[in-house]
Formats: sequence, C-alpha cells, structure tokens
Amino acid sequence: MIVASLAFYLFAIVGVISALNVIFQRNPVHCVLWLILTFFNAAGLFVLLGAEFVAMILVVVYVGAVAVLFLFVVMMLDINVTMMREGFMKYLPVGALIGIILFVELAAVYGGWVMSPDAQGLRVVPAPLDMPNTEAIGAVLYTDYVYLFQGAGLVLLVAMIGAIVLTHRKRTGVRKQKIADQVARKASETLSVVKVETGKGIS
Amino acid sequence: MPAFLIPAVPELFMAIAAMVLLLAGVFREKDSTAILSWLSVGVMAVAVGLILNIKGSGTAFNDLFVVNAFTSFAKILTLIGAGLTLLLINSWAHEENVARFELPVIVLFSTIGMMMMISANDLISLYVGLELQSLSLYVLAAFRRDNARSTEAGVKYFVLGALASGLLLYGSSLVYGFGGTTTFDGLATAIKSGPSSVGVIVGVVFVISGLAFKVSAAPFHMWTPDVYEGAPTPITAFFSVAPKVAALCLFLRVLVGPFAPMIEQWQQVIVLISILSMLWGSVAAITQKNIKRLMAYSSIGHVGYALIGLAVGNEEGARGLLFYLLIYVLMNVGTFAVILSMRVKGRYVEDITDLAGLAKHNPLMAAALAALMFSMAGIPPLAGFLGKYFIFVAAVNAGFVPLAIIGLLASVIGAFYYIRIIKLAYFDEATVRLDKPGLLTGVLMAASSILMLVYFIYPAQLVSGAESAAKALFLG
Repeated sequence: MIVASLAFYLFAIVGVISALNVIFQRNPVHCVLWLILTFFNAAGLFVLLGAEFVAMILVVVYVGAVAVLFLFVVMMLDINVTMMREGFMKYLPVGALIGIILFVELAAVYGGWVMSPDAQGLRVVPAPLDMPNTEAIGAVLYTDYVYLFQGAGLVLLVAMIGAIVLTHRKRTGVRKQKIADQVARKASETLSVVKVETGKGIS
Repeated sequence: MPAFLIPAVPELFMAIAAMVLLLAGVFREKDSTAILSWLSVGVMAVAVGLILNIKGSGTAFNDLFVVNAFTSFAKILTLIGAGLTLLLINSWAHEENVARFELPVIVLFSTIGMMMMISANDLISLYVGLELQSLSLYVLAAFRRDNARSTEAGVKYFVLGALASGLLLYGSSLVYGFGGTTTFDGLATAIKSGPSSVGVIVGVVFVISGLAFKVSAAPFHMWTPDVYEGAPTPITAFFSVAPKVAALCLFLRVLVGPFAPMIEQWQQVIVLISILSMLWGSVAAITQKNIKRLMAYSSIGHVGYALIGLAVGNEEGARGLLFYLLIYVLMNVGTFAVILSMRVKGRYVEDITDLAGLAKHNPLMAAALAALMFSMAGIPPLAGFLGKYFIFVAAVNAGFVPLAIIGLLASVIGAFYYIRIIKLAYFDEATVRLDKPGLLTGVLMAASSILMLVYFIYPAQLVSGAESAAKALFLG
C-alpha cells in the first residue's frame, strides 16, 4: 500500500510542477515538452486508479500524436511570445479575482457534495470486476454506445473537411510528380543512341 | 432494417447521403456545388418525409436517441430553415465565385448535428450532436478565408464556442457526479428522489450557461453581432435560423425533461436571461448602422421572447415557444432574402441607409420589407404578433405578469428600430439605387411576407401542430 501512496505523491507532485511549467515557460517548445511530462504523470495516476486503458490512450494519443503535433505547430509558426503576453499584467488582477471567486465557489460545492441516493442503482455500465477494463470498454463501445462512436466519427470527419476547406488551395504552376507517366515512359521515347566518330563530336 | 433503428432512419439516411455527396464532390472533375446543393435540399426534403412517416414515439440505440411528436416538429422546422437558407447559400456562392462543393456538405452535416441534438436522450448524445453542429458552423463562418472579417468571425466563434462547450461539459460532469448516470430518464429519477444538493444546482447552471451561449441569449451574446456581421450573409441567415431552432428545442427538452423537478431553481435563471435578452436586444439595436448587426441584436431579442415560453415551464409555454420559433424561421428567411437583395451594381451593401427610398424604385421589395419588419415588431394582425401573443398569454396564465409586461415594453422599444427601416424605405430620399432582386430571393421574400400578412386568417393548423408537439414533450 505504501508503494502506491508514494507513487501517487510522486506522480501528483511532478504532474503539478510540470503543469505549472507549461504555463510559465517562456519558450513555447519547452512548454510543449513540459506538457508531455504532464501527460505521462496523469497516465501514471490513471494506472494507480486501475484505469489502465485510459492511461495507455493518454500516452498513445496525447503524447504520441497531439503533443507532437503541437510541437510541430510551435516550431513551424513564428509565435511572438512577448507580443502575446502584452496586456497580461493589465488583465491579471481581474482574472485572478474571478479565478479566486470561482475556486472558492467550487470548493464549497465539492465540500458539501451530496450524491443522489439512487446514484448507485442508476449506473448504466458499472465496471465489471471479472475482466480487464480494455475488454470492458470494448464490450460496450461498439454495441450499446455505437451511436456515440459513430457520432464522434462524424465530428472528426467534419473537422477534417473543415481543415481542408479552410487551408487547401489549388496552386497553378506547381510541378507535381506523376508516377504513372514516369512508369509508362519507354526507353525508345527518351533515349537515342548516337554513333560518334572519334575526334568529331556532335554538332 | 432492424426494428431498433427505425426511429433514427431520417438521421441515418442523411448521414449516409452526406457522405455519398462528399465522395461525389471529390471525384467529379468539374465544380459540383450547384448539383450538390440541390441534391442536399432534396435529401432534406426526403428526411422530412421520413420524419413524417414515424408514428408515435420510440427510442433507438440503447435509449440514447428518442423520437416523439415534439422532436418531429422541431426537426421539420430545422430542416425547413436549413433547406431554404441552403438555396440562398448556393446562389450567393455562385455570384461571389466562392462556390466549393464542401459548402452544401458541411451544411448537411451541421443539420444532422442539429437533429441529433433535438433527439438527444442522454447528456453524451446531447454533446456529440451539439459539437457536430457547432464545428460545422465554425467552418461556415470562416468560409471566405481570404476575407479578414470572415476569418475573424470564424476564429471568434470557435474560441468562444469551445469555451461554452467546456462550461456545458463541466456542468454535465457535476450532474453526472450527483446522479451516477447521464441518461435523461435516470437523471429525472435521481433528481426527483434526492434533495437537490448545491452540486447538482451548480451543474445545471453551468449547463444552462453553455446552452444560453448556443442560442445567443444575453449575457452570453457577445459573439453574436461580430459573427453575424463577419460571416457571409446567407451563412448568417443559416446561423440565425436552423441552429437557433435546434438549440432552443434542446434547451426546452433538457430543462423540462430530466431537470423538471428542479424547476424552482432553473426558472429564476431563465427568467433573468430572458429579461436581459429582450431588453438588450431592443436597446442595443437602436444604434446599429449595419443591417447584419441589427439582425444579430434582433435575434437576441427574439430568443429572449422565446425563452419566456421556457421560463413558464408548462405545456402552454412550450406551445408558445414552438409556435414562436415557427414564425421566427419563416420571417427570418424572408428578411435575409431582402438583405441578400441589397446589391448596388452587383456589389453587396450592408448599410441600413442603403435601403433609403426603396419604395420609389422597387415598390414590391419595399412592401415585402415593410410586411416583414411590421411582423418582426409584432404589430397585429401580422404573424409576428401571434407568436408574441401566445407567449405572453402563457406567461400571464402562469402568473408571470411582470415578465409579460417587461416583454411588452421591450417589444415597444424594439418596434422603434424595425419601423425606422420602414420609414427609411418609404419616406427618405434614395442615395443609391439597388439592383433588381434575383428570382430565388424574390420568391422567398414574397412568399415569406405574404405568409406573414395572411397568416392570421388560418392559424389553427400550425398552432395545433405546435400543441401536439408540446403535449408529447410533457408526456415523457
């Protein structure tokens, strides 16, 4: 048990510190690297909770794809950090005030948390104890929740169409590689064998 | 087809059709915007037929999806609004040389999202539908990507919309934490039996904030004028019609469905939002010079009136809201047809003063504009008056007399800016000469204004449609 507690505090502390660094680092590339560390620690916390599937998804999807994408974007775009921070001090007091009020309110809400007496009985898919949770998610995701799965698929399709519509443009005068043309080329069309007499050259 | 899929046939048909159209657009060499637009309108018409074909109520997909008379009414209204505005979008895209086949496809996907929202029977399916709708709308707002104002509108809409979705999700997580379930039926049971704790109330308030953003009710309306002004005009027409209907119907379903036992808590929030929207929509519109900004404030005001029907929280209120939405859709399509006809030598103009002296050189268009504006202002006996009348009567019958009085005052203030447009068109000297409206816009504005004028002769038919829809909503 003590190992689990130690692991929890390790992941939690490193997680919080790296999350703070995501915000406070000046160099955007460093921010993304800290973000990756945050994701790893959150994944560790999920493992401790027994949600190993979510933990792996976090590492695979967020670290493997999203964070790397961020890194590319940050490196490719010339983001002027000092310009983005303009007005930061001006809005800090108001922002901090609202943040503190919201925090206190939410603390009050969680402090006096009451669950519905029916909540236990109303759970639609309680975690089954006899199978690993990857299998449990798989068992409901494509059956009971296929509607949401397909709906999410449509959302992603729209996101893809949107990204293409808003960024893709047909350029004229661009030379593209046409593999079919290259393969279809015959030696007779392009090569010609010339007999050259010694010392004459070709005119 | 398996029986459990039958309630969702219209959505399934539309989703498959949208993907087929997308493929057709990709593989056709020539630009196929026009063909795909008309086919999309056809798909929507077929979907209306399929919806009418569903009798009674039922659920599909493990109770995540529900249909009844209410959802059918709301979906048909959404489809009418989306179909008519898609025609406007198509003709505009060809005139402005921005025709791309993705345009009708995205409109179609967004309409599917709206229908999923209306039929949601679970907080998760609500969110998926909402996101499908919103994501498509963000893309549409930024569709003129070489235009700074259009891209600004898209980015602004996207950032604020994402924030609102975050609020909604946070609220949903609190509600889930209280009830242990996300299904509407389960939540209704949980909330009915348990004492409503602070946590679930905060959750519901967050959900209300998220939805109020989507319907652009004050004080969550900041994005509306900028997005309406920046987005291309026919897309603004689409924004002001179809998503409004879907989001307001969703609002109604969520609050009088699972959260019905908490009516005392949410009622006061809705009353406040409604009053703020009505007043702000009326007062802030007075100083506007751009007609699209004016329509944005007008739509904020209209949402305020519609929310009175929600605040009342009974069947009569729901009937009033649905009827109001019906009138609002028909009225708005006509008004945007007029706005799309505001062109000088082929160039679109958006200033209110460009309408000056319209009656001299185009009396028919001026007459249509006058009918629509009088209807917007709620002058009897036009259709807009009937819509407001049912709402206010519902409020008075339920004992919300002050709310009805504030609504009346707001509509008097609002009448000022609607009637000022009529004054400009009829009594002021022309500064510019507008072109003749095109066939499509002409037909739409004529049909809409004639409908507004003669509606009071035979209102019973559509009122009864709204009534049976409201009844179905309160049955379960």
